Amino acid sequence: MATKQIYETRPLECWGKAKEIRQQYYRDYATAHERGGLRWAGGAWTFGAIPSGLGDDVHSLTSEPYAASIAADKDFSIKCLEAAERAGYARDLCSYMRNYWGSVILNEYLGGGPFPKPDFIWQDHICCSHAKWYQVVCDHEPGIPHFCIDVAVGPAGEINDNKLDYLVGQMHDGIEWLEQVAGRTYDDGKLIEAVHNECRSTSLWAEVCELNKAVPAPLEEKTMFSLYVLGTLMKHSKVVADFYEELRDEVRDRVENRIAAIPNERCRLMSDTQPPWGFLSLFRYLESYGAISVGSLHTFGLIGVWEDRPDGSWGPRATPQQRGIAIEDRDKALRVLAEWNLHKPEWQHFYSPHLKTEMMVRIAKEWSLDGVMLHYNRGCEGLSLGIAENRLGLLDAGFPVMTFEGNMGDEREFDFSRTKTRIDTFMETLGFKQD
Amino acid sequence: MFDTFRDWERNRHEYAKAWKERTGGKVLGYFCTYVPEEILHAAGVLPVRILGSHEPQDVTEPHIFGMYCPFCRDCLAQGLKGRYDYLDGIMIAQSCLHIRQAYTSWEKHRPTEFSYYLCMPHHVQSPRALPYLTEELVQFKAAVEEWTGAGITDAALDEAIEVYNENRRLLHAVYDLRKGENPPLTGEEAMEMVIAGQMTDKAEHNRELKKILGELPDRGNGRDTGVRLMIIGSEDDDTEFMSMVESCGATFVVDEHCTGTRYFWNEVEQRENRLEAIAARYIDRVPCPTKDWVERKRIGHILELAQKWNVEGAVVMQQKFCDPHELDTPAIRKALEENGIKTLFLEFDVTVPVGQFKVRVEAFLEMLGEEDLFD
Repeated sequence: MATKQIYETRPLECWGKAKEIRQQYYRDYATAHERGGLRWAGGAWTFGAIPSGLGDDVHSLTSEPYAASIAADKDFSIKCLEAAERAGYARDLCSYMRNYWGSVILNEYLGGGPFPKPDFIWQDHICCSHAKWYQVVCDHEPGIPHFCIDVAVGPAGEINDNKLDYLVGQMHDGIEWLEQVAGRTYDDGKLIEAVHNECRSTSLWAEVCELNKAVPAPLEEKTMFSLYVLGTLMKHSKVVADFYEELRDEVRDRVENRIAAIPNERCRLMSDTQPPWGFLSLFRYLESYGAISVGSLHTFGLIGVWEDRPDGSWGPRATPQQRGIAIEDRDKALRVLAEWNLHKPEWQHFYSPHLKTEMMVRIAKEWSLDGVMLHYNRGCEGLSLGIAENRLGLLDAGFPVMTFEGNMGDEREFDFSRTKTRIDTFMETLGFKQD
Repeated sequence: MFDTFRDWERNRHEYAKAWKERTGGKVLGYFCTYVPEEILHAAGVLPVRILGSHEPQDVTEPHIFGMYCPFCRDCLAQGLKGRYDYLDGIMIAQSCLHIRQAYTSWEKHRPTEFSYYLCMPHHVQSPRALPYLTEELVQFKAAVEEWTGAGITDAALDEAIEVYNENRRLLHAVYDLRKGENPPLTGEEAMEMVIAGQMTDKAEHNRELKKILGELPDRGNGRDTGVRLMIIGSEDDDTEFMSMVESCGATFVVDEHCTGTRYFWNEVEQRENRLEAIAARYIDRVPCPTKDWVERKRIGHILELAQKWNVEGAVVMQQKFCDPHELDTPAIRKALEENGIKTLFLEFDVTVPVGQFKVRVEAFLEMLGEEDLFD
């Protein structure tokens, strides 16, 4: 067992700024109409850079982070979930969807007041639920125009012109649709700027995560959840790209000065899938064992875009600007955006769990992990997809695995006490004792 | 009259093994009806749909998390238990996430000499889907040719398209007979007939269909039709359930299943580019809910079926945990009810609780009867 070393630790200096960006995002959406602006709704994975071409006063409400915020507010969440169930939706459907639908059906916005109805829906479709999420929204709020892009063209390793043409073609159609729906002329310059921002912010987030290879880790996953969320809100914005640059610099400084996320780091873990948002204190419980979750494929790869380095390690993907790729027009911007997003690690397992296992094993090795905690997440069929095969693959690769069942957004399906008991057992197996 | 179909459906493995021995051809197991079988038929390959065995699952827990549908786990169980060990290849056409896991786990743990993941587009309502799928089929055809070691000619594709189209026309003809006041076949028999076609040589299936079509108009099946029902929903090969309902004073006169009408409803319309013609057929077919967006086009089709087959009530079923169907069920039930068709919703597992379901079905039929009473 490792010796009980104590590291220096301190709060992140940019923490307050992250909070302010998030709060401003939700205010901007709710008040867009007061300033003559537009509101759109869509998933956190959607091509948010594209509506940017309609102007600077176009604001989004991305569905998953909004629903996760509801889930963390247990009283409001249960009202939303029950409202969705009363409307006839099955309790085993995605809990993000059910929280979101409940907010729409109740006409209550988490931030207060009535639910701010979007002017249009701009979505993409990769799991079974994504396009249909907003079909249901339109059932309850008829008349909202809805456009959705299918991105399910296969894993990054199989991208070819045909697959890109399919995506880019839909994007071109989408821009024509946006112009009609918004009654505005589309600005390609703003699109190009947004694409550059998205590539920069998602590469920078990967760089931040890469810094967590350091021992002691400068960040723990509970903190990372509050930081990666900015990328799920508006990864294409300059505000987020600039913030991630500032964050990267601060985290790099923490690594250089051995500033730890937790003082007693002895055991390094990773999780998988979204956590049970109402029970993030689970991660604090780990700390009583000197255990830290340094991230997950989810926190690294939902927003971060990665590539293989010449030395075989995993690092942030070089942006088009860093690679000297010029983006001169709309078609090139869309092609770069499509190709970039198809490399998102969190999209690969939709085609094979074994691709995800390879990435998880790579993280376990490069981030020097002692074990893995897999959240069998009943709330997300998309990210729990193939998770049982991931477990087998990690075990085959020699990494201890603990599983726990729960639900990211429905507290009725998470047993906190039982999960803590499983952690106790796992820690005992790994040879770690509570402080 | 339906004994041959029943025999093929119940003894699917024996049929495939015998076919293989007789022809020396390859057999490919497929996981979703979006697989373009015409290309496989043209290559001399027998495509057989992999279905479950309706036994409680006992081998898939380490491979598929229990929140996914029982059907995908039951399918995988067949592979893990070696019941399809005669397969030379497996493939899937991209549809729901659930069944994808059966394919990916099977591919890893029971590898075959050929496996293929066809990136069938979801956005079938986009004009971009046709050129995309056409090119995907070019690549798929090349992969099959490499596997079998023989080219697939246009003539072979034409012949395959015609065999499959004939099959669709024949099935339509049988279904048309169910529009009559006294349908000459039950829903259970219809289900066995369609499913048998998913696991047999289509030319042979066509011969049997022609034979029964000659006999069906004069068939007196010795039963009252009772309440005219429709069954709608996800994958369903539960003939025991069909039989139970039809023993309670009702007849399923039509269905909206991928083991029924969704499988055979539309034909391939000939084009110079054969692969484009096949692609168009799969893009334009009655959609699985995974692909029925942004508009819900399936609902209009369901209402049309209900009207043409003079349906009095609908059983809306789904495999437990089937997200795509769960996402459409409230809208479908609402549309049916608004059109005067009462619905009964049931959630299926690998085994269904026939006793409990019978109580609910009887209550449903009784309720439909009361409507007549007070009209």
